[in-house]
Amino acid sequence: MSAPTLELRDLSVAYRVRGIDRQVLRGVSLAIQPGEAYGLVGESGCGKSTAAYAAMRYLPRNGAITGGSILFEGRDISAVPEAEIRELRRAAISMVYQNPIAALNPTIRVGEQVAESFALLGNGRSESRRLAVEALRRVQIADPSKVMDRYPHQLSGGMAQRVVIAMALASSPRLLVLDEPTTGLDATVEAEVLDLLRSLIAESNTSILFISHNLGVIRAMCNRVGVLYAGALVEEGATATIIQRPSHPYTVGLMRCIPRGGLDKYDSHLDTIPGTPPPLGTPLPGCVFVNRCAIARESCATAPTPVTDLGNGHTTRCPYHAEAASMPRVVASEPVTASDEHRAERGRDLVTVAHLSKTFAQGDGDVRVLSDVTLSLRHGETLGLVGESGSGKTTLAKTLLGIHPPDDGSILAIDGKALGSTIDDRTAHEVASIQIVFQNPDSALNRRHSVTRIVARAVQKLAGATPQASEERAQSLLDSMSVDPVLHSARPGQLSGGLKQRVAIARAFAGSPRVVVCDEPTSALDVSVQANILNLLADLQARENVSYIFISHDLGVVRYLSDRIAVMYLGRIMEIGPAQDVFDGPHHPYTEALVSSIPDVDGETRVRVRLGGEVPSPAAPPTGCVLHPRCPRRIGSGVEDLCTSTEPPLREIGPGHAIRCHLDVGQLGSASRAATA
Amino acid sequence: MGAYILRRVGLALVTVFLVTTAIFFMTHILPGNAAERILGNLAERENVLLLEKQLGLDKPVLVQYTSWLGDAVRGDFGESIQHRVPVEKLLVPSVGYSLRLALVAFLLTIPISIIGGIVAGVFRGRWIDRAITVGGLSAAVVPEFVWAVLLVLVLGVNLHWLPTNAFPGTDASVPEIVHHLLLPSVALILVLFGYISRIARAGVVEAIESDYVRTAFLKGLSRPAAIRRHVLRNALLPTIAVTASMVPYLVGGLVAVEIIFNYPGFGGLLLKAVQYRDYPMLQSAVLIISVVIVGVQLVADILFAVLNPRIRQKVSQ
Repeated sequence: MSAPTLELRDLSVAYRVRGIDRQVLRGVSLAIQPGEAYGLVGESGCGKSTAAYAAMRYLPRNGAITGGSILFEGRDISAVPEAEIRELRRAAISMVYQNPIAALNPTIRVGEQVAESFALLGNGRSESRRLAVEALRRVQIADPSKVMDRYPHQLSGGMAQRVVIAMALASSPRLLVLDEPTTGLDATVEAEVLDLLRSLIAESNTSILFISHNLGVIRAMCNRVGVLYAGALVEEGATATIIQRPSHPYTVGLMRCIPRGGLDKYDSHLDTIPGTPPPLGTPLPGCVFVNRCAIARESCATAPTPVTDLGNGHTTRCPYHAEAASMPRVVASEPVTASDEHRAERGRDLVTVAHLSKTFAQGDGDVRVLSDVTLSLRHGETLGLVGESGSGKTTLAKTLLGIHPPDDGSILAIDGKALGSTIDDRTAHEVASIQIVFQNPDSALNRRHSVTRIVARAVQKLAGATPQASEERAQSLLDSMSVDPVLHSARPGQLSGGLKQRVAIARAFAGSPRVVVCDEPTSALDVSVQANILNLLADLQARENVSYIFISHDLGVVRYLSDRIAVMYLGRIMEIGPAQDVFDGPHHPYTEALVSSIPDVDGETRVRVRLGGEVPSPAAPPTGCVLHPRCPRRIGSGVEDLCTSTEPPLREIGPGHAIRCHLDVGQLGSASRAATA
Repeated sequence: MGAYILRRVGLALVTVFLVTTAIFFMTHILPGNAAERILGNLAERENVLLLEKQLGLDKPVLVQYTSWLGDAVRGDFGESIQHRVPVEKLLVPSVGYSLRLALVAFLLTIPISIIGGIVAGVFRGRWIDRAITVGGLSAAVVPEFVWAVLLVLVLGVNLHWLPTNAFPGTDASVPEIVHHLLLPSVALILVLFGYISRIARAGVVEAIESDYVRTAFLKGLSRPAAIRRHVLRNALLPTIAVTASMVPYLVGGLVAVEIIFNYPGFGGLLLKAVQYRDYPMLQSAVLIISVVIVGVQLVADILFAVLNPRIRQKVSQ
């Protein structure tokens, strides 16, 4: 057998922080064969990206290889001169990473940047340009010569990532390193980029190192997967094996954190991984996971854990791997239940939104971001809001909060009473009753105030309490969010992401709200932390009978928490109904495309329903049904002309389940039907 | 882009108008007037009144203002009260001399500062970076008139490297002129270098740490090539904006340096005009300064838009 394309042999990397070397990779060994796609998963700070950059031999200024070696096609590249590395990067190893728009130079035309990759291979100027057009066509950009003349900020995220991929593939590399290449992209765009990568890889014999925190993506892309924790590779094997039969307590924990397989809060609480990862550079002589492990023995802390071979290339570093799959849960699996008294209230409307529109004046024309939105939010329920970016989810939430006023004629009411259109028009009680939890708690919390002070101020403002009383209420709120009393005097900067989000939730609950808008509250968090926050939100809802409007791009998370789901596209509600009906179908063609685009952890093969083209500008929405230019089910439906001429009304197709589509229910897709097809 | 430039020019004209108007009324609020100054403290009251009448100072301020404005628009800037000659006879040559000094100083300052900033940014954390950053800031905290005196003493009087007289005479050759202007220019460079190089350095550091420069390295570009092709343009954008905003500062420094070097620029003229309440002279000098400052800002804004595709796109919409 020929040498692996990439091999890491007992690789250790350290970062020098304040004069001390901190171990980031602890003796990682892995090999990627020609044509193989290898996934690397783990939570943030576990060393995934360091491993990726080490493969490119691109470490930060303070990083250094402290042991082991990096072999590319059998040759040790950990110490070769810079000029040779440059040659490898030009011709043999390429990389694509997160945030594609930032990865392109903002002041140089896209075409020139792609052509540069070809010029580096020794092509002349005009030849490089010709090859660049060709490369853009290869990544399925419809009008390459037009895109060549654009600047990066004029591209959508998905388009920019195609450009970056075109650049990376310029040299037909033997190794392609992908570091979270689809993180931050919309689900449908992510699915398209993954499809593209898959087809490009299939054409070549390129080896892939694929870094992702998303196991679904890894499942869709990789043959083999390695699980990193605290800089050590704790488990490795075929992707399906690792997902179905994880044999390391960390992997088992990870799998249990993820809401999947249609799980919702009425089935069970999510399990989680206790504690937090060790700080960077902690000396760990024994098992790296010992402090968070449910089945750890005393010896685990001190005795090194050798690799155990489980056969078929499946290895684990846990000597007690046989117990891992059945290790005790941290959070009991009981379902989230509300009291009888609260349950009696459910089903009654709390918030009414009717004919809500929002138009922003922009330059020469008006942009209608929300168009005639009608929905209700019931007592104690979660309404999930899904849709691609630009669909109007956040604008709807902000209008509810009174951050910007809706257009005239819109109706907004809580408990049957009309709500003021902006915060200034609302009573203190009304302001307190609708609150928000943001995606990024950093920007929502005042960095200079202590945690107690932040929450106490909110209590004072929203509940009108005295300073003395609000301090006490703040303490008890923080306690109920499981924020350790030791941390009550800490400042937000001293807290982890999950703790900060708990403080932000405590702040939102300060005035006993009736409605809390959760705008991507767990998107920036690791899955184990996410599971904790989702459990907390579910428990708070059961206890306080509060209603949530839950916005997330992660459909698994939305499904877990939501009772009902509204699907939005270009400022309109395309479908609304009970969570299960929306997911299972028959559903709107847009919902169908969204649902089918999620890379499934369990590897269910689904028929991918594609949307053509890109989201149109809300300044110039298409005529008729706004989805018609992209609709996967319009052609052959028999009502093509109706779709292009008349906007369909929201029409009920089941109890509480409505869709905005001209097609007959029998013509619509559904998840169950697709699975059997 | 054309509409954008037109709009900016219009705004610039409004700015110049507002500045000169404000200055006109402010100087008239000051106690004392030209007639009192010319005749001295011991002058008879009626003589002062007579002179005021001759100079037109007895009219209401608003009338004085409109008549000045009307004349100025027609290109007549009036007669210097102090020297009794048309203002432009004195202003035009002295502004010419000042522009010469400003040009030499700016042409030296900008490349030196930007190169210094780039070197510091590229070699961040090394000794050369520290030398440039610390040295530049230390030099900037010393006022330019102190530098001027020190430079005259050290480079001129003690070492005899540079002429201490900034003005070689009206019929000097160009190299001679430049040679004589070096010493006052250095005083201005020392003050401006710290600021401009700091911005250039920050721009370079930010660009080097950006994702797109990482892309360049990972494409296989060498460090010098990556810096030349991907760092410089992005790093210089903020520098242009800041450099333009340093122009008013340069003008202030210019006045101080000119007085110390006894340079026949308009700095001395301006100072005397204030002292003597020589309104026509003062007004015209302020007009020129504001035109220069606003003009430079305008050029910088347009340059910024040309270099930055994002702004350019916004501008053309």
